[in-house]
Amino acid sequence: MIYLQLFYEFFKTGLFAVGGGLATLPFLNDMADRTGWFTRAQLADMLAVSESTPGPIGVNMATYVGFTTAGIPGALIATLGLVTPSIIIILIVAAFLRAFRDNKYVNAAFYGLRPASTAMVAAAGIGVVLLTLVHTDQPLGLGFFNWPSMALAAVVLVLTRWVKPTKDLHPIVFILASAAVGVALQF
Amino acid sequence: MKELLQLFLTFAKVGVMTFGGGMAMLPILQREVVESKGWATDEELTDYFAIGQCTPGIIAVNTATFIGQKRKGVLGGIVATLGMVFPSLVIITALAGLITNFSHLSWVQHAFAGIRVCVCVLIFNAVVKLWKSAVRDVWGIVIFAAVLALTLFTPLSPIVFVLLAALAGILIQTLGGGRK
Repeated sequence: MIYLQLFYEFFKTGLFAVGGGLATLPFLNDMADRTGWFTRAQLADMLAVSESTPGPIGVNMATYVGFTTAGIPGALIATLGLVTPSIIIILIVAAFLRAFRDNKYVNAAFYGLRPASTAMVAAAGIGVVLLTLVHTDQPLGLGFFNWPSMALAAVVLVLTRWVKPTKDLHPIVFILASAAVGVALQF
Repeated sequence: MKELLQLFLTFAKVGVMTFGGGMAMLPILQREVVESKGWATDEELTDYFAIGQCTPGIIAVNTATFIGQKRKGVLGGIVATLGMVFPSLVIITALAGLITNFSHLSWVQHAFAGIRVCVCVLIFNAVVKLWKSAVRDVWGIVIFAAVLALTLFTPLSPIVFVLLAALAGILIQTLGGGRK
């Protein structure tokens, strides 16, 4: 029964992949080797598509693998399998947090966690900067910076932080405008 | 019923506007969930992200479940998550059926190079907002700097940082340091 197997495989992936969507990759590679539903080469193509379509990467991957394996029902079942452990675990954690909301140790733990969580987001941001705004293979100098990208980043920064009417616009406006600039200027 | 529908639609909106990993979702979540709906605070978002780093599953789904649960209990958590994954199901299924080499098209690659530039700035803005609610004293700055350096320069798992930061928070507050 392919649907049951799909659900089981993705349930396992959702249960053991900790962190971002890319954490699902090793599990999917393993799934490719064991089940023969798809090849590792197909997986690489799926990752490229998942990274370049809207939605969380892990969910996109599950949908794609499910679709490749068993059509539209497969896509649905693989995705549900992936999110089911998260839903169960987070519902338990949320109930726990509610019960201990006024506990001084829980509060103290979050006092330490919040700066750490902010730092992890900042680190992810720096990762994107290294990938995008500079050429890390070049020595430090004029050639190190990706000037067209730097210029676009500077414009977006000014428009989102300091210019009065534009700074209140929805972030998606800037995402779509930047996509258009990328296409027009052949980024 | 109306609020469940709102949860579904709002998270579907967040899902469709998320390009890239879970972190790229943060600016959209801040706009939709914190600023326009008032369903959570920036502080709670950092809490959910911290917990999402060390619990199984992808962060986008964990955050959706948290906020849905807060609004409408167990059913809310499930509905918000289904909303978050709905756009992926539609888009990927449609694309997979049509063109398999979508991502190799040159204009798609140019568009995403542009989007990544924008995402750098949006994440920077998101971090500035989070900083205001998360870092309240000099200990906060110390923890921020330590975790940033460890994440960038060591291969350690985020779970380690989350556990250490929680422990540090308990020690600092119990020993009387830091602002309450």
